[in-house]
Amino acid sequence: MTDFFINWVANIPGFAAPFALAALGLIVSEKSGVLTLGAEGYMLVGALSGVGAILLLGGYPMAALLIAAAVTSLFSLIFAVMTVTLRVNQVIASLAIIFLGQGLTSLIATRAGWLNVPIAGLGKLNVPGLSDLPVVGPILFQQDLVCYLLVPIFVGVVYVLNRTVIGLKLRAVGDGPDAADAAGVSVNLFRYGAVMAGAALVGLAGAYLSIGIAKLWVDGMSGGRGLIAIALVIFARWHPWRALAGAVLFGGIEALIPRVAAIGLQVPQYFVMMTPYLATLAVMVWASTRGRERAAFAMPQALGQPHTREERH
Amino acid sequence: MPILELHDVSKSFDGFQAVADASFDLVPGELHALLGENGAGKSSLMNIVAGLYRPDKGRIRVKGEDVHIDGPSIAKKLGIGMVHQHYKLVKAFNAVENILLAAGADKYRTGLAEVEKSVCEHCEEMGFAVDLKRPVGALSVAEQQRVEILKVLVNGAEIIILDEPSAVLTDSEAAALLKVMRTLAAKGAAVVLITHKLGEVKAFADRVTIMRGGRTVTTADPKGSSLADLTAKIIGQAVCETRHPAKAIGAPVLHLKAITGARADGHRTLHGVDLTLRAGELYGIAGVGGNGQPELAEILMGVNRPTGGTLEFVGAGDISRSNPAERRKLGLVCIPADRATYGLAGELSICENYIVTGVRNGRFGSWTRVNWRSGAASTKDAVSAFEVLGVRSTRQKASLLSGGNAQKLVIARELASPPRIVVAHSPSRGLDARATSEVRRRLLEARDAGAAVLLISEDLDEIMLMSDRIGVMTRGRIVQEFEAPADRQLLGKAMVHHD
Ligand SMILES: Nc1ncnc2c1ncn2[C@@H]1O[C@H](COP(=O)(O)OP(=O)(O)OP(=O)(O)O)[C@@H](O)[C@H]1O
Ligand SMILES: [Mg+2]
Repeated sequence: MTDFFINWVANIPGFAAPFALAALGLIVSEKSGVLTLGAEGYMLVGALSGVGAILLLGGYPMAALLIAAAVTSLFSLIFAVMTVTLRVNQVIASLAIIFLGQGLTSLIATRAGWLNVPIAGLGKLNVPGLSDLPVVGPILFQQDLVCYLLVPIFVGVVYVLNRTVIGLKLRAVGDGPDAADAAGVSVNLFRYGAVMAGAALVGLAGAYLSIGIAKLWVDGMSGGRGLIAIALVIFARWHPWRALAGAVLFGGIEALIPRVAAIGLQVPQYFVMMTPYLATLAVMVWASTRGRERAAFAMPQALGQPHTREERH
Repeated sequence: MPILELHDVSKSFDGFQAVADASFDLVPGELHALLGENGAGKSSLMNIVAGLYRPDKGRIRVKGEDVHIDGPSIAKKLGIGMVHQHYKLVKAFNAVENILLAAGADKYRTGLAEVEKSVCEHCEEMGFAVDLKRPVGALSVAEQQRVEILKVLVNGAEIIILDEPSAVLTDSEAAALLKVMRTLAAKGAAVVLITHKLGEVKAFADRVTIMRGGRTVTTADPKGSSLADLTAKIIGQAVCETRHPAKAIGAPVLHLKAITGARADGHRTLHGVDLTLRAGELYGIAGVGGNGQPELAEILMGVNRPTGGTLEFVGAGDISRSNPAERRKLGLVCIPADRATYGLAGELSICENYIVTGVRNGRFGSWTRVNWRSGAASTKDAVSAFEVLGVRSTRQKASLLSGGNAQKLVIARELASPPRIVVAHSPSRGLDARATSEVRRRLLEARDAGAAVLLISEDLDEIMLMSDRIGVMTRGRIVQEFEAPADRQLLGKAMVHHD
């Protein structure tokens, strides 16, 4: 029983990391007021460019992760131009990004012959001295680099969002673009920046799926995780730490499924897909019954609204 | 030498000329009042200076040099700061964060501390009370106005533009603000003051420029002209304000009994309000802002529940739990202080805003069908009867109306079918002299037609002019009642001296 437990918990970070990074990326992007539903597309682009980078470079998974983040960030320029400059409806632009991501990645993967090619990928990194500890060793100190970096990345992003002037401006652009504009903040610049920085994080999540977990590319391998990340963001009310907690929760459920199956219980995969949404619904119902002032402003107030200076609201 | 010069500046929106060949100049050390009717183009002209609107044509010179103010950041570099009529505040941020954002500081923590210190100093100087911790969106209109002012004061500017800063402030706050402006002017700043309160202009302004229909018509010295002269210049005719006491006061229609209430954050603001409204009578509630007036208005509107007490509507029982629709059916209508939130849906058309209350009761169709033709026709009638200006089409967005005209639209809708009770909260806030007298006339008409009118206003002159009975509200209670005409001194005393 304890073995089952340790084994399960030790696997949670690996399952939680893609959710956590993707949700964090979406939070960064949406804090600037751009409704970003195209995470699924971003993740696929990240996943394929990671595999591609490894195959082209002949290794270097760390470099591949960074390249994947950069490529996804560039890919999100399409979304930024559509929503910020051209003021296209953000839901429609998001859908376009999902389908573009799916189509483009399977096209490139087939053409380049990257489909189903196993790669070395990201290895586990045992922390010397600590990884042999009983219980905590396998749970905390036998993970890969991305899992170790998860908390520092969150700390960094939360710090920038909540404790710097750049973060203040970014939140202002999402909460009151008119006010931010009148204060001399370039709304469009910050929205471009937030969309691209957010996409880099989502792309990293995608690359972790292919480089860190599956260690190969298959078409559509994000498997709805981008959608779960969207639900997580709403569930967390755009709060990074709550999103991380949610990611761990869903990572835990996902990690449990194969283990439960191994001892003979069958849990439908769709049940897993469904839980984040159920939990989100529950949280929203719960939140709506508590009229706390700050909570009322949790969602970026201008989410989904393009900004034009001379327009009166 | 003028610090700011505007030559033949024009601006139009979708073919509508809001500013037409306007010229204006401002010299350091002066307080220059910019006057004009609602919709005259005052805000638009100053928004051009602040970099929010780009002029179609015209020349702008700052300190003698031609400039293109291509955005608020350029205006800021030129030393221009503006207190906006439509507050430019991030509602989710608290006051300090909002001011820091406008300051453009690069250090967050030290910036916050500095801003907070400076805010406290300014608040003390002007006698402002602002909650610095709550999100600005949860504050009252008056508090938001103070934050908007503090933003410019804390960040400093050489050219300070105040767009109707005193509309929601009390007299003493407004006087304190304008005194501070005088000191700044004495130190070399130049101040533009947009206002509808001519008393302020007489007392504080060095020069006035008057706008009409987008044009600047004259520049004059306020000391040399009387209030009546100024009014006549602004609207092209004189208005006279006299008391019209009630002719026939009838039976009570609404009893407020021991109403207690709290703000959204749980802070208790009403501590047992007792009063009775009678048919054909105008009851005025006087008091310094922030003594529970907004909460009382919200409880009467039905958007908030009292925490205790009853609202007894004669013939219908306690209505404190009924929703706004049920109250409307009984004939209780409201003219809210916050037009943008409760009065109108800015993104909807003028027509939609006007007919919305009449669709379900069958005036403009029914549940399943809206009778647009009769809706549009009635809207047109109301727009001309209530002189709502600046309406290009009834399908235009309501948020495009200037403040005063938006208010006229709200009143037109609320008084469309004869009400039994009218609750009016600061109904003439931000309105020009003509619109104000128009609004007041409508309220008195409603009263004379037999409605009970409750007027909540921080403008003591308005209360004294309009009311048949006056209740003074202090710290969430009606502390004293006066029969009109009441003595100003006694009223003022009751407003401040009470524990
Ligand atoms: N952004 C905009 N888009 C369209 N029309 C506008 C815009 N801003 C102003 N207008 C129109 O220009 C006219 C002048 O408006 P403005 O706000 O300058 O008037 P104002 O003199 O400030 O009036 P008030 O005293 O009511 O504030 C109005 O008819 C208004 O509808
Ligand atoms: Mg104005």
